[in-house]
Amino acid sequence: MTWYAIDTWIVVIGALCAMAAALPGCFLVLRKMSMMGDAISHAVLPGLAIAFLVTGSRASFSMFIGAAIVGVLTAVFTQWISNWGKVDSGASMGIVFTTLFAVGLLLIVQAADHVDLDPGCVLYGAIELAPWDIATTWTLGGVQLEIPRAALVLGSVFLFNLLIVIFFFKELKIAAFDPDLATTQGINANLMHYLLMTQVAVTTVASFEAVGSIIVIAMLIVPAATAHLLTDRLGVMLILAAGLGAMAAGAGHLMALLLPGWLGFESATTSGMMAVATGVFFLLAWMLAPRYGLLTKTLTTKRIRHSRELS
Amino acid sequence: MAFEWPGLDAVWRVATLQDYNTRLVVLSTFILGLASGLIGSFLLLRKRSLMGDALSHACLPGIGIAFIVMSLAGGEGKSLLGLLIGASVTGVAGVGLVLAVRNTSRIKDDTAMGIVLSVFFGGGVVVLSLAQPMPGAQAAGLESFIYGKTASMIWNDFLLISGVAAAVLVASLLFMKEFTLLAFDDSYAQSQGWPIHALDVLMLSLVAAVTVVGLQAVGLILIIAFLITPAAAARFWTNNLRRMLVLAAVIGGVSGWLGAAVSALLPRLPAGAVIVLVAAFIFTLSMFFGSARGVLKRSLAQRNLKRKVGRQHLLRAVFELQEASFCNTVRETPPNVSVAFDMLLNKRSWSPQQLRKLIRRAAREDHIEVFDGKTLRLSESGFGEAARTTRNHRLWELFLITHADIAASHVDRDADSVEHVLSADMVRELEEKLDTRHLPASPHPIATKGAKA
Repeated sequence: MTWYAIDTWIVVIGALCAMAAALPGCFLVLRKMSMMGDAISHAVLPGLAIAFLVTGSRASFSMFIGAAIVGVLTAVFTQWISNWGKVDSGASMGIVFTTLFAVGLLLIVQAADHVDLDPGCVLYGAIELAPWDIATTWTLGGVQLEIPRAALVLGSVFLFNLLIVIFFFKELKIAAFDPDLATTQGINANLMHYLLMTQVAVTTVASFEAVGSIIVIAMLIVPAATAHLLTDRLGVMLILAAGLGAMAAGAGHLMALLLPGWLGFESATTSGMMAVATGVFFLLAWMLAPRYGLLTKTLTTKRIRHSRELS
Repeated sequence: MAFEWPGLDAVWRVATLQDYNTRLVVLSTFILGLASGLIGSFLLLRKRSLMGDALSHACLPGIGIAFIVMSLAGGEGKSLLGLLIGASVTGVAGVGLVLAVRNTSRIKDDTAMGIVLSVFFGGGVVVLSLAQPMPGAQAAGLESFIYGKTASMIWNDFLLISGVAAAVLVASLLFMKEFTLLAFDDSYAQSQGWPIHALDVLMLSLVAAVTVVGLQAVGLILIIAFLITPAAAARFWTNNLRRMLVLAAVIGGVSGWLGAAVSALLPRLPAGAVIVLVAAFIFTLSMFFGSARGVLKRSLAQRNLKRKVGRQHLLRAVFELQEASFCNTVRETPPNVSVAFDMLLNKRSWSPQQLRKLIRRAAREDHIEVFDGKTLRLSESGFGEAARTTRNHRLWELFLITHADIAASHVDRDADSVEHVLSADMVRELEEKLDTRHLPASPHPIATKGAKA
């Protein structure tokens, strides 16, 4: 196996995506809205299609705006249906995103003559190709660095999410743990909800343009859940989730390079492997976490039973 | 974009299922809709609607692995049965993992589903990318499991779907009682010794079966809709489980049938997407017009209750003023005298506008005879209603004092919220308990805002 500069960029892009997603992801996990990332990433299809039909171009920015708007609308519709119709929030989410996905599919098929929009590329993305799309060249200490567009975009999204989390840390925290308390403290819990949804939508859209939606769904939830098993402090959880996500990006790409060779296959998808890597980390935490891991729990139960038998 | 409307004869041909292919597709989606509506209802009531989502994504690695294993074993890589078995195995494993994570860690249901969904799907993509260069991978149409290939269904697909639908129907009927208990009160079921984990696995296996056969018929995303939307739509029309099951199955069936027919009639409309949109349309109609829990029905009921409460508050306030102006002797009905608007205004925390509105509505209902802006007088029927309302209020207050040990100074607010919903039976019961047939005096001094000053 040889490691090229491209491989470094793939890992950097994956890690930026992971860190950008982990920040809102922690709040999704805490607010029991984990499926929102999945819903939004499917539902943005009509946004992409309409943006294309209106502007007639595949310029990323208009697509980005269109998709982000539909992403936030997914959250709005879900809220409406579960509030007005008294439908279970999971079910209303399912209804909204499948319907929007169907609308998007219809629009794409109808416009198939002059649109080259493949639903497949939305799902899988092409992180392997992302480093080739160079946005600018920076010179750092005499070394020329060609910065891929994906790194630039995901880096900005990461900064955007980071700034929001830093500025609204207290508000997001209270709104996540106790919306009623937040309201009595004069914090608009609804506003915080939609701020979070905007973050999720922007992150999802920006990520799948560069790296595919599987990575982003996994990176939103899985590292955050892993971190949730490792700590009780929100600040630590955010940092852990971002770090674990970044590590999973590296491990995933390494696995994608090594695994096919070992098994005698030609190649494996990096984005899928990154998702699997987050899963492996979660599995480890689930079993071995110092406090909430299965092993610790079993040992503690045993010890308690033992001491009870003695007494 | 040229768009041709189909002629009447084309509509007739589709409606009467004359083409072999159309007949197959329409019947298959109809049956699939029936089965998924049925099992989806239990999922909805168990608040597990998105389980179909996690499950269908978790099927992907199984399809890939089955293909690779079958190819390496030298067999036909695209044997449908083999692929479906592979899909079921990882699908059920995914569901098992969701339950395991949820039951053994602090991770909640939704996050567990999200983890399984994304990790399994990621794994599936990896496996498919491994399988892609293998001979026959393109031909096997592994991709079609994600988007569905409704239009090209064959006789075997139809048989498969019918078989699974029949199994779901039989199992739902056999385990009706168990599933119902599980859906409404699982902790009670557990305390009664029901094997709830086994029942959960059974229910989710049925969901898995529907999902797996649905996957290749309508696609991954659209089978999720099939499991959720008809059940949620049916819920608006009834509070009775059996009726809901039948209705959900019918809505699912009709969506499948209409969607497939429309897709057969018009060019370039993928059946899966049209089916989802038909179901979503039925859902929207149900949400607004549903006869049991529809938005319209509920807001109407809410408005009626609000008006009733307003009317009763007004009448009781008038009655209490009449009482105060007449005498202090107990158990005597005051005469129906005129009451000043300003006095009335001080009785409750209502604004002059609100009070005027209440009075106008009461006048329209013939409860008020005269209102000249300054004073008002009740009509015969209004006075009767006022006496009855006041009596109910006081009966409840007395009940609270004598039977619930609540201090006399606190009962007014409590009674305020209950008096509007006292039924005739309850009033009779109160009369018996309190041994009074008359209008009792108020157990506490009746305050007005003006009186305090």
